[in-house]
Amino acid sequence: MADHRDEVGVANEAANEVASQRSPVIEPGHTFATITDKISSIVLTRPTSLGWVVGFGAGFLVTMMLLYALAYLFVKGTGIWGINIPIGWAFAIVNFVWWIGIGHAGTLISAILLLLRQSWRNSINRFAEAMTLFAVACAGIFPLVHTGRPWLAYWLFPYPNTMNYWPQFRSPLLWDVFAVSTYFTISLLFWFIGLIPDLATLRDRAENKYARISYGLLAMGWRGSARHWARYETAYLLLAGLATPLVLSVHTVVSFDFAIAIVPGWHTTIFPPYFVAGAIYSGFAMVLMLAIPIRKIYGLEDFITDRHLQNSAKVMLATGWIVAYGYGIEAFMGWYGGNRYDQTLLWNRLHGPYAGLYYMLLACNIFIPQLLWIRKMRTNPVWLFLISFVILVGMWLERFVIIVISLSRDFLTSSWGMYYPTRWDWMTFFGTIGMFLTAMFLFVRILPMISIFEMRTLLPEAEVKPE
Amino acid sequence: MENTKSKREDVCPSKRIDRAAVEQQLKETKGPEYWRSLEELAGSPEFQDMLHREFPKGASEWLDSVSRRGFLQLMGASLAMAGMTGCTKLPLQEIVPYVRQPEQVIPGVAMYYATAFTLSGYANPLLVESHLGRPTKIEGNNLHPASLGGTDVFAQASILGMYDPDRSQAITHLGDVASWSEFVNQIKGPLAVQKALGGAGIRILTQTISSPTLKDQMQAFLAMYPKAKWHVYEPVNRDNVLEGAKLAFGEVLETRYDLSNADVIVSLDADFLAAGFPGNVRYIRDFAKKRNPDAEMSRLYVVESNPSSTGAKADHRLPLRAVEIEHFARALASAIGVNGGAMDSGNTAKFIKAVVGDLQKHKGSSVIIAGDHQPPAVHALAHAMNAALGNVGRTVVYAEPVDANPVNQTESLRDLVSDMRAGNVDLLVMLGGNPVYDAPADLGFNDCLKNSKVALRIYHGLYENETAELCHWNINEAHYLEAWSDGRAYDGTVSIVQPLIAPLYAGKSAHEMLSALVGLPDASGYDLLRAYWQKQHTGAEFEEWWRKTLNDGFIEGSAYTRKTVSLKLQSLPAASAVDADGLEVNMRRDPSIYDGQFANNGWLQELPKPMSKLTWDNAVLIGPKMADREGIKTMDVVALELGGRLGARKITGPVWIQAGHPDHSVTVHLGYGRRKAGRAGTGTGFDAYALRTTNALWIATGGKLTKTGDQYQLASTQGYQTMDTGDGETRPLVRETTLEEYRKDPKFAQVDEPPAALTLYPGFDYKKSPDAWGMSIDLNSCVGCNNCIIACQSENNIAVVGKEQVVKGRHMHWIRVDAYYEGDRDAPKAYFQPVPCMQCENAPCELVCPVGATVHSSEGLNDMVYNRCVGTRYCSNNCPYKVRRFNFLLFQDWETPQYKLMRNPDVSVRSRGVMEKCSYCVQRVTEHRINAEIAAVGENREFKIEDGSLQTACQQSCPADAIVFGNINDPNSRVARLKAQDRNYALLADLNTRPRTTYLAEIRNPNPELET
Repeated sequence: MADHRDEVGVANEAANEVASQRSPVIEPGHTFATITDKISSIVLTRPTSLGWVVGFGAGFLVTMMLLYALAYLFVKGTGIWGINIPIGWAFAIVNFVWWIGIGHAGTLISAILLLLRQSWRNSINRFAEAMTLFAVACAGIFPLVHTGRPWLAYWLFPYPNTMNYWPQFRSPLLWDVFAVSTYFTISLLFWFIGLIPDLATLRDRAENKYARISYGLLAMGWRGSARHWARYETAYLLLAGLATPLVLSVHTVVSFDFAIAIVPGWHTTIFPPYFVAGAIYSGFAMVLMLAIPIRKIYGLEDFITDRHLQNSAKVMLATGWIVAYGYGIEAFMGWYGGNRYDQTLLWNRLHGPYAGLYYMLLACNIFIPQLLWIRKMRTNPVWLFLISFVILVGMWLERFVIIVISLSRDFLTSSWGMYYPTRWDWMTFFGTIGMFLTAMFLFVRILPMISIFEMRTLLPEAEVKPE
Repeated sequence: MENTKSKREDVCPSKRIDRAAVEQQLKETKGPEYWRSLEELAGSPEFQDMLHREFPKGASEWLDSVSRRGFLQLMGASLAMAGMTGCTKLPLQEIVPYVRQPEQVIPGVAMYYATAFTLSGYANPLLVESHLGRPTKIEGNNLHPASLGGTDVFAQASILGMYDPDRSQAITHLGDVASWSEFVNQIKGPLAVQKALGGAGIRILTQTISSPTLKDQMQAFLAMYPKAKWHVYEPVNRDNVLEGAKLAFGEVLETRYDLSNADVIVSLDADFLAAGFPGNVRYIRDFAKKRNPDAEMSRLYVVESNPSSTGAKADHRLPLRAVEIEHFARALASAIGVNGGAMDSGNTAKFIKAVVGDLQKHKGSSVIIAGDHQPPAVHALAHAMNAALGNVGRTVVYAEPVDANPVNQTESLRDLVSDMRAGNVDLLVMLGGNPVYDAPADLGFNDCLKNSKVALRIYHGLYENETAELCHWNINEAHYLEAWSDGRAYDGTVSIVQPLIAPLYAGKSAHEMLSALVGLPDASGYDLLRAYWQKQHTGAEFEEWWRKTLNDGFIEGSAYTRKTVSLKLQSLPAASAVDADGLEVNMRRDPSIYDGQFANNGWLQELPKPMSKLTWDNAVLIGPKMADREGIKTMDVVALELGGRLGARKITGPVWIQAGHPDHSVTVHLGYGRRKAGRAGTGTGFDAYALRTTNALWIATGGKLTKTGDQYQLASTQGYQTMDTGDGETRPLVRETTLEEYRKDPKFAQVDEPPAALTLYPGFDYKKSPDAWGMSIDLNSCVGCNNCIIACQSENNIAVVGKEQVVKGRHMHWIRVDAYYEGDRDAPKAYFQPVPCMQCENAPCELVCPVGATVHSSEGLNDMVYNRCVGTRYCSNNCPYKVRRFNFLLFQDWETPQYKLMRNPDVSVRSRGVMEKCSYCVQRVTEHRINAEIAAVGENREFKIEDGSLQTACQQSCPADAIVFGNINDPNSRVARLKAQDRNYALLADLNTRPRTTYLAEIRNPNPELET
């Protein structure tokens, strides 16, 4: 990431030459006012388009399908899915890990890139964070509903009870509970705190009385005083500091669900870094899949420029290689380790009944993304969109391969089995995508999807020049 | 229905206190008054009356279904008054407990009664566990020589049959509910007419009967109606055995084997270790005992036409088509020196030479067993060979037949049909059976009955089945657990069938039916039985003798004595021709549902068949060679045609490619495709009886197999039946070697065992506990009979899930028997491995449960806390043995009242969303611990559970004695001694799970001459 440089303050000729080949973070010609107008108008003055209504409506319908599938699940039990013995986990956990992974981009962009002073992140951090929240919310559904008796799932929390009984702290599922709930809380706070100055802007600009009241309540009395800004900066930085380890920890803990277990294909120490890389990989893919249509529809090409697309593509290329390295090591250790169960697992991935999915996974996650080496691909939104989609599919397949293929053939050949998803599996999976889209539609409609005040700091006017 | 009620003396308390009234009374009172009114209710004269009437002189409220409803109402009422009164139904007559006296009825403490389950005439002696008058579990009668504590799957599952809600629940006449007295009145007329004719128009059709009392009653009936005829038919009959004995000895004889003396066993298509083979429980025990590699080990040769569990245990197994086996038998006989009409033995010459050599070396300690479906000639040859080898009187014993009316059943039914066609039959009484469904297709019994001129057709049976449908009167039969009877075991020993409960639906026993036909409709089964035995009993003290007999469950010394026989084998019928490329069709009884009579038994339907692990269906079994040649895959639907004089018969069914099945041959199992069996049995599989004709009951030639192009989903419980993982690796799951290799390297099985100290963490010291439970399973003894599965299902209230769920991989069996094949697919070695929970000391499941629902006890049990389980299924994912079972849906039937009565009250009934698994029968462990503690407190000492007194359900019912459970802390316990053996190994020991269940490796004893 050598060229992820801080744009501000680098204004010499040489740099300009390089920059001329590269798109800027923000297109020239903008002022503080135009930025504020442009972004806030999407929420406040732009009429609700038919496209939005249709999109939201479609998402909402799919969300209703999710509710239907979940209601039926609660009535009948997890047996409506295709899971069985030996494959006790399938779509629910695949989707959980997939969504959690997607949710990684937000925090990475907001926190780590903030700390690394990657100011180009300012254009995309807001909706990336929103996306994180929604993705984690989608993910959170699954561990709850995949239990046999979801109404008792609160037993996973260490709450005081008359039975004097605590959860079993050695179980990675319990660590998951803490990791995911912490992550969600921090992400929510981070997102909300980041929103406060913009909420105040909306409060001040809103014409509608109810909008004013709503934004006003949410703005928590923000007046933009220097003291506010000072406190805000400190809080934001602190939260960024808190959130940073979470980016690494959440998926590490999620990977423990597998690494701690003795199932061949799960029991491996490479999982934490490989899961985290995979998470960022899919997270950026999702950011791109959202950013590309949004900037087109709302005319935000000035703010989300080709530069952002390129940078995201490069992050994907880098994390994609870490993931590829993970696959390579898994395969190598399967052969080199000499463990008969791992060897069979490897053989099984390549030749077993699910081999097609493994090859698809390799294509989606390793081979096709290599197109990103080509500059034209990185700057062409259509291609980027398609490649991002492929990566998302690939990352979903990766979790399927890890979870289902490993479980389908473990130690005793007599207990080998097959998993076939049922319509309820698919409805639940697509339902969460619907829920995610619904939330995203609402988000772009009622909140500033790009951070107004942070965008303004990218302008040359914002540069603090020494007297 | 209501009219019947008034005709009966009704002492049911429900008449006085009906639930509705009680509920109404309770509803009207509120708060504290609720309880006061209950007390008032308790003090009321009605209530006192009810209490005193609770154990009535005659529980006649059971006698019709109306009162059964009353009973259910009463159950409801007593639930409303929980704790105030128990609702116990004791049987009508005095029955003697096996272990404890009836005065000691203590709620929560089970009692055991001796009784017997009869299948095709052969009694299986049992002990039945009863909780407050409800039979809950079947065990073998360990005093009886035919059981020695073991049972077979049919006996184990018969308890579900008794509680089957689809049983015939009322007497019906032309479909309308009628009463016993109506029936009695209405047959008076026809019987009077027949009386004048000497009974010329009466035909009675029974199944195979061994009951001395029933035989006596039949004789009395035939004396009264001398021209009446008694026909016998059962689809799984022993006509071939009968004819074979006639051929060899000129008389009908029962052949039984003493395998405890047999060093060399040759089976000619005889599946003598399978449930349904008379005496199989005892044979398994004797066979298993002789398989101890540390003592003299027997050798088993099996020549068979269809892979069976007996074949799986063979040291040498030769797959041949059934028709070729006859030729094999003739060649073998010739080689032994019996004139078998020497046949060209072809490629089996080497095998025969080795077998003969072995047999000659073991004269007097060898045995040749012929299969029931082999033609009479093979049986005759087997008799002749056994005689020539000096086995008679040593390993082969001849005695009087157990069958009370040993006639050729096929001919008997043929006679009946022709009489019916000719219009000679006016009154047909069928006691049990289902000939409309299972008679040979060419007899046309179905059409004959449908269009028959038989004026009055009476069916007496447990179900309103296909046959009952075509009868005027339909008398619901009392299940054997509800009625008095008797029967003979395979050795002739008479067992008394004691009822465990009054008939749930006021059913009548066959004795009561026959009694009604001779004009004594009110005679009770008990009186009839007792009167018969009083007549037989010669000594003084009848009462004492009777009590002892009921207590033991059988009449001592009633076994048929050995008969000295002389071989009168003149000439054998010509051997049937073998068409080298013609397709042979084998029709066999089903290993799970027998001839179809257990079709509605969910436990048996879901019981994986020993070799294929199929459930809920039969299939067209074909060999791998034939499948490759014809391009047929498993689950392809094929049409199977048999040409015949009466035109082609055709069935369609799915194919299952069965390793080890001979080429040019298919096997279909009977008993499926029932039209009217009940909620579990109707419509499963295909009806193979459609192919069966009187001249080819078991083996037909000239079949034609064509693919239809359809597919049919079969439900097998086992993923892969090989230990090969596909990548060229074979996992050492079942460890096996030859006797020779074992003697060279006794510890061959103990590889991969990690050292005990291979951990950073100090382990729990189980030595501190008084007991540390462990289990040893001897793979050498296990014959894959599946009995442990049903025993466990019954003991632990395990749900039946249905075919779709089995297809999805959600069957619930806590113990399974894995079957593996190895080597050449056409003649593989086969292994059985029972897999319960291994109760690992380092249990991977416990580590990953987030709520601590599966935890370890100080005795080393891996306990499941159902109430705490939230159902993440993580434990199952992490269980390398995959013995955990999850309630994906609500698998338990919480509604059907009968099942509520059936369940073991000591075991929680699991609901949906909960993981479950083998608990080492923790309820039994706890019961024994409590009893031992109480005893120890009385004697002021440390408590100790005696070794062998505590048995798990699988262990107790195992006929092979392959499962041993006990305290591994006690070095003298049987289990500890077994675990100290060289053959002991742990499954997947390399994972360092330190399982408490370990295996004794399998040893085979091949003939060196055949080892190339």
